[in-house]
Amino acid sequence: MILFKLALRNLVGAGTRTWLNVTVTSITFVLIIFMSGLYQGMFESNKRLMIETEIGGGTYWHPAYDPKDPFTLEDSHGVLPTEIAEQVIAGTGMPVLITQGSIYPEGRLRPVLIKGIPPEQQVVTLPTGILSTYAGEAIPVLIGAGMAKTTKLRVGDTFTARWRDARGTYDADEAEVVSIMNVENFQVDQGQIWVPLERLQRMLEMPDEATYVVVSRETSLLANPGGWNTMSVDALTEDFRRIMLTGQASMSIMYLIFLALAAMGIFNSQVLSIFRRRKEIGTLMALGMHRGRVIGLFTTEGGLHSLLALILAALYGGPFLLWTATRGIPLPIDYAEIGMLLDQRMVSVYPAGLFVGTTLLVTFIVTIVSYLPARKIAKMKPTEAISGRTN
Amino acid sequence: MKLLKRSVYVMMPCLIWPLALAAQSEKVPTAKELIEAIDANLNARTSIVTSRMVVHGRRASRTITSRSWVEGTDKAFTEYLAPPREAGTKMLKLGDQLWTYSPQTDRIIQISGHMLRQSLMGSDLSYQDMMEDQSLEDVYDGIVEGSEQLNGRDSWVMTLTAKVEGLAYHTRKAWIDKEWLLPMREELFAKSGKLLKSSYAEEVMQVEGRWYPKVWVFKDELKRNSRGTEWIIDEIAFNQPIPEAQFAKAALRK
Repeated sequence: MILFKLALRNLVGAGTRTWLNVTVTSITFVLIIFMSGLYQGMFESNKRLMIETEIGGGTYWHPAYDPKDPFTLEDSHGVLPTEIAEQVIAGTGMPVLITQGSIYPEGRLRPVLIKGIPPEQQVVTLPTGILSTYAGEAIPVLIGAGMAKTTKLRVGDTFTARWRDARGTYDADEAEVVSIMNVENFQVDQGQIWVPLERLQRMLEMPDEATYVVVSRETSLLANPGGWNTMSVDALTEDFRRIMLTGQASMSIMYLIFLALAAMGIFNSQVLSIFRRRKEIGTLMALGMHRGRVIGLFTTEGGLHSLLALILAALYGGPFLLWTATRGIPLPIDYAEIGMLLDQRMVSVYPAGLFVGTTLLVTFIVTIVSYLPARKIAKMKPTEAISGRTN
Repeated sequence: MKLLKRSVYVMMPCLIWPLALAAQSEKVPTAKELIEAIDANLNARTSIVTSRMVVHGRRASRTITSRSWVEGTDKAFTEYLAPPREAGTKMLKLGDQLWTYSPQTDRIIQISGHMLRQSLMGSDLSYQDMMEDQSLEDVYDGIVEGSEQLNGRDSWVMTLTAKVEGLAYHTRKAWIDKEWLLPMREELFAKSGKLLKSSYAEEVMQVEGRWYPKVWVFKDELKRNSRGTEWIIDEIAFNQPIPEAQFAKAALRK
């Protein structure tokens, strides 16, 4: 305890030098936590958006369906297996049928995915109910705000839609935009139009068929029912998780640079302290203090930088991190337009493990860089140290 | 004056009668006969064609020059010669498969699925349109609906309705010139009856004793203000020997 008090007194006594080191270390500490929390927040935001608007509690894919391979889409449709059909009848499953087609807004050709969805579904938060209120002759269409912006379509606009039926024969009809939804998930917005499922099944001559089925969050997924592939939420968000991990790995280079800057400052301070306090070291050893305790004193002095840095970080970083975790940072642009699944406010997520891990990492590095120069004390002779000489 | 009018009224049936009689006596060919006659004009064992495709965009037009080697209806190899951006691009069709080679990427890509519905070099033609090779007689029921004047020339009007499943176009309507036995205009319809595409021959030529379109215009009727795509034949030679290697995938990289 005496060692700790002595170390603390010496440290505070060093004045500006100490506070500069502490400030740099605290900035490093806050930055590491903030950046990691931001990445975690991006992942959580992406996952939440996907669950709410697209994947619910998981999906069943037609055996031929692979969304990453457009060549499979033509054959990716079939009648639902009994087990899945039961979930659909119970209202916990939402079948979606997809086909490729073209639309001609203002007479300009644009390839799209035409997606059929039951208007009455409650599985995802897409406002599909509006599709059932349409009383006109045209095909009622729901589009996202991004798609509306790209195609310059507005509610009430009509355009020609062209598709091929189950046998490959072209068909075309007029479609009308009945609603434009604001959805931050570009995967249900860009390059696609949503129409009532039954209407699409009639258009394609694919009665009772679907490409995939989304189940509600409260429903348990069945294991590959009827040969259809079960895709859990984790499996469906795996790609984004990997992207985040890659991003975090890149960010860790920046963390290392920050940590290196802080560590170099502390290392330099320690070297300077030991050089300037040779007489003190010699006196302490002459008075009977073991070399190990003298090394311990200097290491503790250095190590205390991390403690002071943590306190300082808590003072200014705490409110900042709390703000980012509750209110979130408003994003300057709509990231959906550039193909990123993000909320309009970026809310960070800070798991407890992040604080503990970062604290341990910073403390460990600071202690190590404090100890390394202090090892020199072990080689000092008390008589020479008192006279101000070092070997 | 009244007398003149009365004379005309009296004389009119006398003048029209022989014409109507002649029209009645004109033998209306069957759809099969018309299709065979068209095929005899348009198809050959082989053909080597140098052509230009003029794609009219909203702001400007582009001319793409190509040379094609065609054998029957199954095999076709096309090399694009100009403009520089497209020069060196090659396309090989074997049956229902299509590959393209791009010199920029030095890669051969198979065009299939939805990509077949994409526009060919920005034109009003899709890859799918290029792929159609079945004999119309085999897949459509044809009816000759009568005779019409098209651009001042007598033409047979024939409607074709799909008799097999899986054809891209459910219905086609063609105007076939009575003398040249060439489809001078064609309209392609969706199942709903909506007109999707049209094409017409703007100029014809006689090559090796057969009539052949010199300038052919294709138009996507769903595109508003589309000026269509012109296909102009500069040179064509029929029944010339083409080495088998011309239709090998390896020829794409040469």
